[in-house]
Amino acid sequence: MTLTTDPQALIAQGMDGVNTQLKENGFLLTTVEDVVNWARAGSLWPMTFGLACCAVEMMHSAAARYDLDRFGTMFRPSPRQSDLMIIAGTLTNKMAPALRRLYEQMPEPRYVLSMGSCANGGGYYHHSYAVVRGADRIVPVDIYVPGCPPTAEALVYGILQLQRKIKRLPVFGEAGRRTEQPQYAYAPGEARPYSALEMHID
Amino acid sequence: MTAQPHLDTHLKASELARCAELCRLALPRAEVVITPQREVQVTVAVADLYAALAWLRTADGLKFSQCMDVCGVDYLGFQPTQPARFAVVYHLLSPTQNLRIRVKTLVAEGQAIPSVVALWAAANWYEREAYDMYGLIFSGHPDLRRILTDYDFIGHPLRKDFPLNGFTEVYYDATQQRVAYKPVDLPQDFRHFDRVSEWRGMTGNAHLAETDHAFKREEFE
Repeated sequence: MTLTTDPQALIAQGMDGVNTQLKENGFLLTTVEDVVNWARAGSLWPMTFGLACCAVEMMHSAAARYDLDRFGTMFRPSPRQSDLMIIAGTLTNKMAPALRRLYEQMPEPRYVLSMGSCANGGGYYHHSYAVVRGADRIVPVDIYVPGCPPTAEALVYGILQLQRKIKRLPVFGEAGRRTEQPQYAYAPGEARPYSALEMHID
Repeated sequence: MTAQPHLDTHLKASELARCAELCRLALPRAEVVITPQREVQVTVAVADLYAALAWLRTADGLKFSQCMDVCGVDYLGFQPTQPARFAVVYHLLSPTQNLRIRVKTLVAEGQAIPSVVALWAAANWYEREAYDMYGLIFSGHPDLRRILTDYDFIGHPLRKDFPLNGFTEVYYDATQQRVAYKPVDLPQDFRHFDRVSEWRGMTGNAHLAETDHAFKREEFE
């Protein structure tokens, strides 16, 4: 059995390969980055934070039937102990500064999961005077879970996707620093998604 | 199985008539009707409103000791049939008599309405909401602030002339490091679906009283 740090090779060898390595050598070879990402992905602690009906599905995902604890995902009562913010519900204008403040209170590395149509893009309330048209206008979002509300399975799947994403993220150096991208500013006359021309129905 | 009406509507017609008659005697300038939905409705002028509500709260045989709801109505666009721009509607409950009553008053724009917080403390937030949503001014209210809309919100969103999109939207301004406001900028036009409203039938459904089993009279009398 050859020693390898290549994750693909490890996966190809399967658990047999891992067991053989452990049996023959007493150790496994991997990279620190993989170990750090494995730890981060395996202990995502979301903030207990619900804005609307999506929060009920979020509770379902944490309760006995779907049991997010299996993935090391345990809800924490404070943003200072959390590294995942699940925006579960309609984000209103009045709530937006509070949401941003909670996000900033979370220690890095922190991740944001936008749950449901309202948080993804305003959803049903897209044209409302009181609702933010997408939580990504307030905080940078890593994963969008569609649905109105998404089922508990969908949220669990979103969290598993986030774990996959975390496992691919760089950890060290300048590449490991997650910087917030500023809002994209449309130039005058620049084509936009869902332009009035495309979507207008008489 | 026949449909059972809700407990509160399960009232004898004689009780409703007694309530309406008491109101007619005590409030001669008010218009008292019993609607086809078996609700006693009293329409009073703003000048008589406070005295009428105070009387309803303590009147013998009525004692509407609970204020269930205070809300505004904007009649903009209904002017040929509705003389005033706004209305304020009070829903009262008498737990001892198992009676409910609706009190309506028509209000012109900018006209002050007497606050009933002194009568029912519950009216405090209801009146704040009516002020927030319609800009109705309740004189004598201890703390007439906005209650639902954003801080520094401009306008009163349930007025018919308030644009659905509002005037401002929020975003995170990376240079100022805070959540900031900017004028509403929607890339997609609002689409008007020309179809029958789901809410048709909620209003002006007096004609249903004879056909809808929920309003059948013989089940009550």
